[in-house]
Order: sequence, then C-alpha cells, then structure tokens
Amino acid sequence: MKRFTGLLVAGLALVAVVWAADSLLINGAGATFPNPIYTKWFSEYHKKDPKIEFNYQSVGSGAGIKQVTDGTVDFGASDGPMNDEQLKAYQDKHGFPILHFPTVLGAVVPTYNVPGLSGALNFTPEALAGIYLGKITKWNDPIIAGANKGVNLPANDIIVIHRSDGSGTTYVFTDYLSKVSDEWKSKVSKNTSVNWPVGLGGKGNEGVTGLIKQTPNSIGYVELIYAAQNNIPYGAVKNKTGVFVKADLKGVSAAAAGMAKDMPADFRVSITDPLGKDAYPICSFTWLLIPQKISDSAKRDSIKGFLKWMLADGQGYAEQLDYAKLPKEVVEKESKAINSVQ
Amino acid sequence: MVTTSPTYGSAGPAVAPRSFLSKLRNGDEIARLVTFVFAMTVVLLTVLLVYQLWINSALPRHKFGLHFFTTSVWDPVMDEFGALPFIYGTLVTSAVALFLAVPLGIGAAIFLAELAPQRISDTLQFFIDLLAAVPSVIYGVLGVFIVVPLMRTVIYPLINKPLGFLPIFKGPSYGVGFLTAGIVLAIMVIPYIISVSREVLLSVPRDQREAALALGATRWESTWKVVVPFAKTGIMGSIFLALARALGETMAVTMVVGNTPKIAASLFAPGYSIAAVIANEFTEATGPLYTQSLIALGLVLFLLTFVLNGLARILILVTTQKGSGVTR
Repeated sequence: MKRFTGLLVAGLALVAVVWAADSLLINGAGATFPNPIYTKWFSEYHKKDPKIEFNYQSVGSGAGIKQVTDGTVDFGASDGPMNDEQLKAYQDKHGFPILHFPTVLGAVVPTYNVPGLSGALNFTPEALAGIYLGKITKWNDPIIAGANKGVNLPANDIIVIHRSDGSGTTYVFTDYLSKVSDEWKSKVSKNTSVNWPVGLGGKGNEGVTGLIKQTPNSIGYVELIYAAQNNIPYGAVKNKTGVFVKADLKGVSAAAAGMAKDMPADFRVSITDPLGKDAYPICSFTWLLIPQKISDSAKRDSIKGFLKWMLADGQGYAEQLDYAKLPKEVVEKESKAINSVQ
Repeated sequence: MVTTSPTYGSAGPAVAPRSFLSKLRNGDEIARLVTFVFAMTVVLLTVLLVYQLWINSALPRHKFGLHFFTTSVWDPVMDEFGALPFIYGTLVTSAVALFLAVPLGIGAAIFLAELAPQRISDTLQFFIDLLAAVPSVIYGVLGVFIVVPLMRTVIYPLINKPLGFLPIFKGPSYGVGFLTAGIVLAIMVIPYIISVSREVLLSVPRDQREAALALGATRWESTWKVVVPFAKTGIMGSIFLALARALGETMAVTMVVGNTPKIAASLFAPGYSIAAVIANEFTEATGPLYTQSLIALGLVLFLLTFVLNGLARILILVTTQKGSGVTR
C-alpha cells in the first residue's frame, strides 16, 4: 500500500513537471471588480491555447499597480488609471513606460432603503453630491423631491453609507461627484478611499448592501453588476443632457461611446458624466496594465495574442457576466495600440 | 514532568561523568539545543516584527511625528493621516467588551468550577470550547443580522429613554457603533474568560476549600473568599487574554462598528478601530505615505497591546504581593 502511494506520488510529480515544462505561466495581479470576467477569459483562452496558463490574483487595484511596478508580476490590472506620479515611478524603475488597455466597463448605482417606497427614485447630481456632503439631510428635501414628483418621501433623516475598504467603486463614485460638484472636488476629491464628510462605512459591496438592508432611510452605492446579480433595487441618475437613466449595460456602453472620440492615446480617461442622452453617468473602464517592453518573447507573443483575442471573441463573454462591452471605436483604437508592445 | 522521573537519566550506560558527547548521544543536549532554538524564534519573530513595522513606517514618522497620535483627520486624498480616532475606537470597543464580558465570564466560570455537578459542567464546557472555535466572521454576520437590528429597535430605546442625558448614551443610533462592536466582542471573548478561569478555579487545591469549610464557612463563602482569591492571578490572565483578542479583532468589528473615523462620547455613535482600518484600506492604499501610515497604525496597535500587557503584569505583581501570596 505504502509503495503504491509512493509510486502514485512520483507519477503525479512527473506529470506535473512535464506539464509545467510544456506550458507558459503568465502572472497578473490587480483589480477585484473585473475578476469574474478575467477568470472566465483566462480559462477560455487556456482552452484555446493549452500551452498558456494565466494566473490572476485579485488583490485590489492599488496592490496590482504596486506589484507590476515592482516587477513581481507580468501584468497588472486597475479600476482607476495610474496617475502621473505612478507612471513616472514605473518609467524610472524600468526605463520604459507601462500601457493601459481598457477591457470592459462597469457602473456604480445608488441604492437605498426608504420604508414604504415602491419604484425607483430619481437622483440629480446635485442631490447625490448634497447627500454625500451632508448638506441634504432629509429624504423630503426639495432637491430630492423635485426630481421625484408624486412620490411620497418621508421627513426622515438620511443615513449615508459608503464603502469602508479602498475600492475602484469608490474611485468611480467620487470621480463622478468631483465632476458634478465643485464643492466636492475641493473638499473631498477622488480616490479609492476618501475622507467622507458624513456616513457609515460598509466593507465591500456586500457590507454596504447589508448596512442598507438593516438601516431604514439609508442610501449607499454599489457596483451595477452586484446590484443586478443580487436583485437589489437602485435609482436612476440624471445625465449631462438632463435625462434620468437607470443603469443597464446599454447605458454604460453608450457612455463609453460618447467619450470614444475624445479618447486619449494612452487610454487613461475618466468617462463619468459623459455626453449622450442614453448615457448612464457613473461608469468607468477597467484596465489591464501591460509593460511596453517584454523581454521574454514567448510571454510577449502570448500576452499580445491574448489582448487581440480579448478585443474580439473575449468581448462576447462580457454581457452574460453583467459587464458592458467596449464600444467599437475603442476596440479599433486598442487593436492598433497592441502593436506598440515590444 | 521532568521531576517525576529521577531514575531515568541513571538508567543509561554512561552514568559516571556525563561528558558533553555522551549527553549529546543521550539526546538531552540535542533536545535542549533544539527546544532552545525553537523558544528563541518567538523572541526573534517579535523583534523582526517590530523592526519591519518600524522601518516601513518611516515616512509618516518623519512627516507627522507625534502629531500622528493626536490628530484625527484621515484623508488619503490630501495625504493627511492621524491615528487618534482609531486608537480611541480600539480602546473604547475593547473596554465595553470587557465591561460586559468579565462579570459574566467569571460568574459562569465560578458556577461551572465550584457549584455545578460534574456532568453539567463538562457538557457546558463542551459548548464553550465550541464557541471559542467559531471563526470571527461568523460573529460578525450574527452581529449584522441580529445585534444591529436589536440595537436599533430594543436596546437603544431601552437605554436612551432613561439615560439619554448622559453623554455616553446621547444621540441617535444607527444600529452600528461602539456599543454594538463592544457587545459582539464581548460575546466573542466570554468563552475565553470562562474556559481559562474554570481551569484555574478547578486547579485550586482541595485543602483550601476543606479548610474554609472546616472553619465554618458556607459553600459560597469558601468559593468567594478563599477559592476565587487563590485563583486571582489565573483569572486576571484570562481577562488579559480576552483583552488581547478584543484589541486585535478585525473582521467582526469592521462589520458592526460603522467604520467612521470620528471620536464621539456616545457609545451609540459609529467609530473605527485600528485593526479594522488596516484590513479595509491596505489592499487599495495608493502612494507610499498612505501605505506607510497604515503600517504605522499596525505599530501603534502593537505598542498598545504591549503597554496594556505590561500594565497587566504590573497589576498582577502588585496584587499578588498584597493578596493571597499565590505564586506560580
């Protein structure tokens, strides 16, 4: 029996060695938000090309940027674009830049718990900024009520809930508030976590949702994908053209299309508060961070191959997992950009 | 254990002058060396831990200095970091937890060790061990779904109506906050207090009890005036074990404390704790000053635990000198 086990172990080890020698492992780390689709993509791509094995760790955008800068992973991923300081740090360390490749889009939606209310509430940018600044404190405030004619809003205090953990979701939400409110921009500004003027913190989408469920008269924000998959009701937000849009994948893609013309060459763009009457205003790309020079030619070819596949076939998996697809214009632009990876 | 086998060493062949080599062959010296190295790793780990925390928190130390401990702004955008609200939250939630857990835990331990029939005591001990082994995230979930609503609908009106004039019970309740975190922590540490205190009480020699009873003491008098003072050191130990757990608890606290870095006198107000903010913000911390400020918070938590443990030792020393003279 013992001998058999020994043989088995040796056999397994041999298989592992042969298998490892034959396949190419590419390591990545970063954002948690796109993790489900990245996992799907990497497993589908592995089926297509069994020699290539991607290993992605969803450790968070900040950690992803840090690890790719330190050179401990082959690529990074982030929900917010790297800032100039981070780009410079990368350039200084490696002697060549790092490139951003948008992969899919996500959105952030306002969700709430107001007893006795049915149907979705409408939120203007002023209302959202006012609530999160702590200036609008009652649900029946004229700024909220003005956008919700005929809805019987209670005179209760609003309990504000935000994310307590650093997250891309918070980055997108505060980026939006910074664009629509000068006061927010100067007082709080945007980041993965900020110094909130008011409110309670919940850990993760599930923490925020849990707090909202437990707290009457509360408001919070979660990722669209999380709200959609868990049937959490959420409100519509007024976009730049004055239309109230309830977030869905079409509205998010429309937002990206609206900004596609102004897409900078490095793809580092914020698409919150875009133009376009169908566009949902609180949304963002999520990016893969790829070094411009990859010395290992096998790795370089595999990564480029994957990027090309991701822009073509890969996009087909987006909507079944509740992510919005990249608009055509962006796909075309990215396809060209892939060639600059050397 | 060592003293009970005096004949063991002389049973071997090398009896007379035990040279280093023969001791080595016997295994004594090897065992001594190996276990010594193992014991030293504890010291080494502690030193390394502090060293790493220290060198990785140089930036905030230079930029903020001692202000790090006295300011209460935590603003990752402006790169301003102050630890005060987190220190305050950690201390307050732990204090509330101990305030609730200590009388309950020790009372239960006394019942289990002194008054309950053996069978009941053993059965209950089984449940207590079970409770101690429950992962903290489970307590957090129970906190969110049971303690938080209970706090808002039952506990808050019950306390706020008669005692709302006191600053610590003033203001509205969101369900989450210092008191909620304290209650959840209390539930988590009670098993530790009961378990350790029970063991200590059970190990009090029978003579002590019999002597007290022989002098005409009642059962309760012998328990309260003789057995408990005799076991005081051990009971203190159980309390400090509980305190250490409460100070460092992360998951359960962050789920019910409200995660708001503010200092408020009211126990109903939301707050934050050191362990919770590190767990929340570390993965997405951007920029060296932000990351290092979080590491500095880790150092603060370490110091806090260290100081409180030191105080505990002193307290035990002082009380045992004055008290029953129990030594280990």
